[in-house]
Amino acid sequence: MAAKTLTIDGKQISAEEGATILQAATEAGIAIPTLCHLEGVYDVGACRLCIVEVAGIPKLLPACTTRVVEGMDIKTDSERLRKYRRMILELLFAERNHVCAVCVSNGNCELQSLAYSNGMDHVRYEYNFPKWGVDTTHGLFGMDHNRCVLCGRCVRACWHIEGAGTKNVAGRGGKSRIITDLNMPWGEADSCTSCGKCVQSCPTGALFHKGSTVGEMERDRGKLEFIVTAREKKQWVAAD
Amino acid sequence: MQLDDLNAIAEKEKAAAKKVCLRTCMSAGCMSSQADVINKNLDAEVKARGLEGEVEVRRVGCMGFCGQGPLVGVDHDDGRHELFEFVKPEDAPAIVNSLKGGPCDVQRGDPQHPFFAKQVKIVRANGGIIDPESIEDYIAAGGYQALHQVLTEMKPAEVIEEITKSGLRGRGGAGYPTGLKWGTVAKSPGGKKYVVCNGDEGDPGAFMDRSVLESDPHLVLEGMAIAAYAVGADQGFLYVRAEYPLAISRLQIAIKQAKQLGLLGGGIFETPFIFNVDIRIGAGAFVCGEETALMASVEGKRGTPRPRPPFPAESGLWGCPTLINNVETFANIAPIIGRGADWYASFGTEKSKGTKVFALTGKITNNGLIEVPMGIPLRQIVEEMGGGAPDGRKIKSVQTGGPSGGCIPADFLDTPVDYESLTKLGSIMGSGGMVVMDDTTNMVEIARFYMEFCMDESCGKCIPCRAGTVQMHHLLEKIAQRKATLRDLIKLEELCDMVKNTSLCGLGQTAPNPVLSTLKFFRKEYEDLLQPDQFGPPGNGQPNPQSAPK
Repeated sequence: MAAKTLTIDGKQISAEEGATILQAATEAGIAIPTLCHLEGVYDVGACRLCIVEVAGIPKLLPACTTRVVEGMDIKTDSERLRKYRRMILELLFAERNHVCAVCVSNGNCELQSLAYSNGMDHVRYEYNFPKWGVDTTHGLFGMDHNRCVLCGRCVRACWHIEGAGTKNVAGRGGKSRIITDLNMPWGEADSCTSCGKCVQSCPTGALFHKGSTVGEMERDRGKLEFIVTAREKKQWVAAD
Repeated sequence: MQLDDLNAIAEKEKAAAKKVCLRTCMSAGCMSSQADVINKNLDAEVKARGLEGEVEVRRVGCMGFCGQGPLVGVDHDDGRHELFEFVKPEDAPAIVNSLKGGPCDVQRGDPQHPFFAKQVKIVRANGGIIDPESIEDYIAAGGYQALHQVLTEMKPAEVIEEITKSGLRGRGGAGYPTGLKWGTVAKSPGGKKYVVCNGDEGDPGAFMDRSVLESDPHLVLEGMAIAAYAVGADQGFLYVRAEYPLAISRLQIAIKQAKQLGLLGGGIFETPFIFNVDIRIGAGAFVCGEETALMASVEGKRGTPRPRPPFPAESGLWGCPTLINNVETFANIAPIIGRGADWYASFGTEKSKGTKVFALTGKITNNGLIEVPMGIPLRQIVEEMGGGAPDGRKIKSVQTGGPSGGCIPADFLDTPVDYESLTKLGSIMGSGGMVVMDDTTNMVEIARFYMEFCMDESCGKCIPCRAGTVQMHHLLEKIAQRKATLRDLIKLEELCDMVKNTSLCGLGQTAPNPVLSTLKFFRKEYEDLLQPDQFGPPGNGQPNPQSAPK
C-alpha cells in the first residue's frame, strides 16, 4: 500500500492509502469534531460536523467518508466551517428536548462537549419542544427519544457488531425516530439480546442503563472497538 | 424473433388498420374523468351502427392537452384530424354521428393551435396515437427496430459513441452528459452490472415520466435494453412510485409482451444478449429519486442517500457498477439510434440538444404536457403555447425544477430554455415541472409551500436538511404571518446558505433554492411583511430599514 502525502491545516502529513481524511487527521493529532462517527462501525457521513474544505473542490466534504488523495490540501478549521458547525449544533439543540440538568449523561455527553468545544453558547432558533416518549419497557435499558440526535450509531452497532438488527430508523424528516424491531416496546423485542452495545454507542443520554441517576452515565466505547478489531484483525488487544 | 418476424408483425398490424380511427386518451388524467366509459360507449355506438368494418376505436396514451380532457381524437380517411375536448360518456353517439357529417355539439379543439403546432415530438411521438397495452402497435410504429440495429450491427462502444455524439444530457434534472455516464459504467471493472430506470417522479406539478410510462412503456424498455447492451448489463430495474398504478400495470403488461415475443429475456433477436427487467415499486418517498437512496430502496433497505463518491457508475446496486437514468432519458435512446445522432443534435442549442418534455401547470390557460426543442424562449411556451394566464391576469413568474428549482420572474421570459440559461437565473431545468404563477401569487407563500414539501420529504439522515428545513419553514411561516423582523430574514438567509452547503444529498443541497430565488427577485415582498425590531437594528451596524425615516 502506497502512502499518500497531503496537507491538513498547513501541516504536511502522510497517510495510508484508503484512509479517510478523519483517520489521517486523527493520526496527525488534528481533531475534527464528529458526532455520527463511531470507531468499529462503518461511517455514514450524516451529522455533517466533520465537513472540511478541500482546495480545488467547491463542495464541502465529510472527513469521515472522504478518502485521502495525494497532494490534497485540507482545511478543517476555517471561520466558515466553525460557523456551520455551530449552526448544526444549534439546530440539534432546538430539534428535541436536550435538558442537560436532568440528563443521565450530563458531563458525559458528546453533544454537550461538542457545544462547549465549538463555542455554541446559545441557541438562536426556536425550540420545537416536541412531545417524545421514553421507553423503559426493557429490563436493563431505557430509551429517551427527547435526547436522541438520530446519529444512527446504535442502529449500526446493533446490525454490524452484535448482528441482531434490533434497532432501526422509522419515519421521515424531523419525525424520524429510532425504533426497536417492528416498532414495538423494547421490552417485547424478540431480537434484542440485551447486549447493551447500543447503549455503549450512544453519544447522548438517549440510551441509558436503568438505575443511573443524573450525571452518572459513563460509557466504555473501547469495548466496541475491541470486538471489531478482534473479529476483523484477529487481534485481541483492547483499544485504549 | 428475427427482423423478418418483427417486420411481419408491423405489416400485419398496418394491414388491419381501418380507414377511420377514434382514439380515446387512456392516461391517468382522462381516466379519472371516465375515459374508459367514453371508450366503451364509442365502441358500442360504432357496433350499433354497423361501422366496425371501417371505424376503429382505439385506447391510446396521453395526447398532452390534459387540462381539456377527457380527449377523443379522430383520424378521418381523408387525412383530417379532429380533437374533441371535455368529452362526456353521453357524447359518444354525437361523436360517431359526426363521422358521417352529422351534427355534433361536443367542444372541438384546434389541432393547429400553437400548443400543438410548436411541439417537436421525439419522446412523445407515439403518445396519443398507439395503444400502450399493445406491443404490436408499438412495433407497427417502428418499435424495437433500434434494438435490433444495435444488437446486430453495432458494438457496445459504437452505441455509446452514438449517444455521446447526440449530445443527450440526463433528463432527470442535473443534465449530466448521458454518453459520458454510459461510457463510465461500461469501463468500470466488474462482471455483473445493472441498469436502473428512475421513475420516482415526485416534484409538485410534474407528470412527464408518468405520462411517458403510461403512453409508451415499450419505448422506455427498448431504451433500457439498448443501454444494457452498451454498458454490459443483463439485469434492469424500473423504479416506479406506487402512486402511479396505471403506469405500473402498463409496464407489467409491456414486460410480459416483450418477453413473449423474445424481445426481453435470453437470446434477444437470436444474439447472445440477455436482458431482464423487474419493476420495483417505491413507497412514494421523494428522496428515493436521489440515485443512492433509490439504490438502497431497490436493495430492500431504508431509502436514504449515502455520500458520493463512490458514484453508482463505479459502485451501485450490491456494489456492482450501475447505470441510472431517468425515464425520459431512456425514452430518447431508441429514436437517437433509429434516426441518428446528427438528426437528434439538430434540435436544441449548442450545449442542450434535443427536446424536453414539460408539464405546464399552474395559472395558465392551456395546461398539459408539451415537448419542445431546447432553447425555445420561455415566453413562447408560456404565452403562445400556454395561452398566458387565465382571466386576463398578468404572469408574474414561472417555477421550474420543482423543490430543487427556482422562480423565474416575468422580466426574464425571453430566456431560452436550456440547462445553462436556467441555472444562470438561479433555477434549474429539473425533470420538467413548469408551474406558472400570475400576479395574484404571493411569493413568500410559494417559498413556504416548497419548504414545507422539503421538510416533510427530508429523509432525516443528515442534520442540516432534517432540522434546517424545519427551522426555515418556521421562519417563512413567521414572515408570512407578519410576525417576523429583519433579524428573522437574516437568520433565514444564513440557514439557506448553511443547508445548501452542508447537506448530504441533492435534496438538502437544493432545498433552499425556491427561497433563494424568490428572495433574489421578489425580496420586497418579504420585506413588506416584516415588523419593526423592538431591540433596534440587528448586528453588524446595519441600519434597520423599518426604523429608517421614510
